[in-house]
Amino acid sequence: MKAEDVIICRCSDVSLKDLYTLFEQGYDSFEELKRIKRVGMGPCQANTCGKMVQWEIAKYFNRSLEDVKFANMRPFTLGVKLDAIKEACDDEDE
Amino acid sequence: MKTNKPFPDKANYVIIGGGISGVSVAWHLAKKGAKDIVVLESEYLSYGATGRCGAGIRQQWSTKANVLLAKKSIEFFENAQDLLDYDDDIEFKQEGYLIVGTDEEEDRAFKENVKLQQSLGVPAEFLTPKEAKEIVPHLNLDGVTSATYCKTDGHLNPFKMTDAFYKAAKKLGVSFFTHTKVNDITVKNGKIESVQTTKGTIEADVVINAAGGFAQDIGEMAGVEIPVKSQNREILVTEPIEKIQGPMVISFSRNIYCQQTPHGAFIMGRGDDRDFSQSMHSTHQFLEAMAKTATRLLPPIGQLRVIRQWAGLYNFSPDSQPIISGSQDVEGFYMACGFSGHGFMLAPMTGQIISEMVLGEPSSVDTESLSLARFEKGAAKTMEQNVV
Repeated sequence: MKAEDVIICRCSDVSLKDLYTLFEQGYDSFEELKRIKRVGMGPCQANTCGKMVQWEIAKYFNRSLEDVKFANMRPFTLGVKLDAIKEACDDEDE
Repeated sequence: MKTNKPFPDKANYVIIGGGISGVSVAWHLAKKGAKDIVVLESEYLSYGATGRCGAGIRQQWSTKANVLLAKKSIEFFENAQDLLDYDDDIEFKQEGYLIVGTDEEEDRAFKENVKLQQSLGVPAEFLTPKEAKEIVPHLNLDGVTSATYCKTDGHLNPFKMTDAFYKAAKKLGVSFFTHTKVNDITVKNGKIESVQTTKGTIEADVVINAAGGFAQDIGEMAGVEIPVKSQNREILVTEPIEKIQGPMVISFSRNIYCQQTPHGAFIMGRGDDRDFSQSMHSTHQFLEAMAKTATRLLPPIGQLRVIRQWAGLYNFSPDSQPIISGSQDVEGFYMACGFSGHGFMLAPMTGQIISEMVLGEPSSVDTESLSLARFEKGAAKTMEQNVV
C-alpha cells in the first residue's frame, strides 16, 4: 500500500506520506507534528492515531518506542457540549 | 527538531526563545544580512505562549503605540506568505474583530478608541447593537449597548506563522537549537560575554531575550531587572463545524474572546483574576466560567462539544504595552517581552524594531513608549485598556 493511501489521523486527514514529508524536514516529535499538521488534535484527541504516530516516529528515526514521547494529553477525554457544562453549573448553583 | 549542525561555541547574535518573537527577530536580522545568528529554545518551537494563544490579530487598541504596531504588523501578515516563500498555508483570515460593549462607560471609551484608530488609518467603526447583529447574527444583544468593528482584523495560525519564519530564517543561515535551555548569562564590564546552556557555552556580544512568560528570568540572569509578571490564562477549543462566524467576538466587560478558525473549530478564552505565576495548568473553574459567558453572548455555540482545554502565560508589563528595548545597564542585551497577551499579533514589528536597534539603524517607529527606561523614569503614563 502506498504511503499516501495510509491514513494515520482520521480526524485531521493526515496520511503516512504527510508524516514522512515532515520527518524529512526534521520534525521528529509528536508535539511538533501536532502543531504543523493537527495530527491528534481532532475530536478523538489522539485516541485513534496516537500510538501509530509514536510508532512511525520510532521507526523512521530508529529510536526505541519508549524514547518517543507521546503527545501531551489534555482534558477532555470525550467531547462535552458547552450547554451541558453550563447546565451542570446551574444545577450546582441552585 | 532534528538538526545536523554542531552546537557552536561562538555566535554574533543569540536569540533566547523559539516563539513568534524569537523567530521574527531571527528572520529580520538575517534578511538584513546579519550573519551567525543562533536561536535557542528550551522545548520546541511555539511551545510557550505563541502556541497557546487565541490566534487573533487586531488593531483595535486604546494606545497609539499598540495601534501602530498592530497596523504595520497586519501589513506584513498580508504579504507574509510571499515574503517568506512559505510552502504551507499561514491561514490568515481577515474577517474582522467585533468588540462588544455593555455599559455607558464602555460606549464612551469605544468612541475615543475608534477616533484614535481612525486617525492612525485603521478602518475601525463604532456600531449600534443592531448593526453589530447584522455582522454576527447569532449575537445575543441582551445587555449589549454598543460595539466597534474593524474589518481588516482577523485570525492567523500561530504554529504555521512561526514555522514560516523559522523555515525562511533557516534558509538564510540561522541556526536553531531546540530542547536547549539557557542556564545563565555572563556579563563582564557591563557587556554581554557569553550564554551558558544545557548544550554548552556560546560566546556572543548580543543577546536578545524573547522568552515570553520567562523573560524576567532571562533578565535576571543578565542582571537586568525587567518589571514584567506572568499570569496563567486559559483557553479551549471545540469540534470543527461548518462556517457560521466570520469575526472574532470579544468583550472586555464580559471577559471573553471567541472566534471560529478557518479550520472550523471555535477557540475561546477569558482572563480570570489570578495570582502571578508561571503555571500552565488547566482548571475546571475556567471551563465553567467560559461555558456560562460564551453561551450567554453567543447562544448557538452551546451546542458545540469542547474537545480540549489548555493554558499559557500572559507576560504583563506595568502599562500592558510591550517592552521592545535595549538595556542601559548591559551593553548587547535586548528584550522583546511584556506583550501582555498580544505578542503573537505584533511579532513582525517586534522583529523589525529589534533588528533596527541591534544593527544601529534608524527606527521605523517611535520606540520611547516601548523602552524599558519608561518605567524607571516613571514616564509610562498611558495604560493599554483593551485587554481580555
